[in-house]
Amino acid sequence: MSTTAGDAFTTRFDGPAPEVAVSNDIIKRGLIVAPVLIAIAAVIWGGDGAWSSTYAIAIVLLNFALAAALIAGAARISVGLMMGATMFGYLIRLALIFLAVWLVKDAGWISLPALGSTIIVTHLGLLFWEMKYVALSLSQPGLKSDAPQLSREQTI
Amino acid sequence: MEALSALVAAEEAAGGFDPEAKNIAAATNAGLAYGLAAIGPGIGIVYLVGKSVEAMARQPEAAGMVRTTMFLGIAFTEALALIGFVVFILVKFA
Repeated sequence: MSTTAGDAFTTRFDGPAPEVAVSNDIIKRGLIVAPVLIAIAAVIWGGDGAWSSTYAIAIVLLNFALAAALIAGAARISVGLMMGATMFGYLIRLALIFLAVWLVKDAGWISLPALGSTIIVTHLGLLFWEMKYVALSLSQPGLKSDAPQLSREQTI
Repeated sequence: MEALSALVAAEEAAGGFDPEAKNIAAATNAGLAYGLAAIGPGIGIVYLVGKSVEAMARQPEAAGMVRTTMFLGIAFTEALALIGFVVFILVKFA
């Protein structure tokens, strides 16, 4: 990653954005676990729970994607803008989540307990899952977490 | 606490709570809970990003690592606001 030095208003980060890579990883994993979460919600809350859970997963994944896009886009312009985009992005994303829930709160297929619990479980679960891989790559920069693991016999 | 109980007893003796006032109080409390739940993460995110930019300015070669951890930190901090939001929708709409 290269930087163009200057003051806070002109310093910018060119090159690939790590936020987008992390966000893409989270979305990929979210899509993998989505059927399991939807099935659990369907068992507990029925059909409404399944639809609500699907909607909640979509909200969480879009929230991650939007956060990454905002930070990465602003970092290419200036560090100062990145700070502003992060702070106001937080407010804007909270408002969008509120709007997304407010628009469907009276729909026939919505189950608010299913929606709320899926939002929290998906958000935190995916973060902890991603954190495991990020912590691994930070402590061992050359290690690729997705590479196939060698068995004990192969390493000897 | 005793004063509050006495107030509730006096209100009930006077004919009970007005349903409209009850709804207004519930909406106010739900909004207050969501607002308060969003303030803490807001402060946390500002502090986190400020320190990250400081770290990137000191060590530009570590910017990739700092940005990765910053993004995860922001998402974890935001989880607090989301928990407040879920409590809000359950109190207000459920």
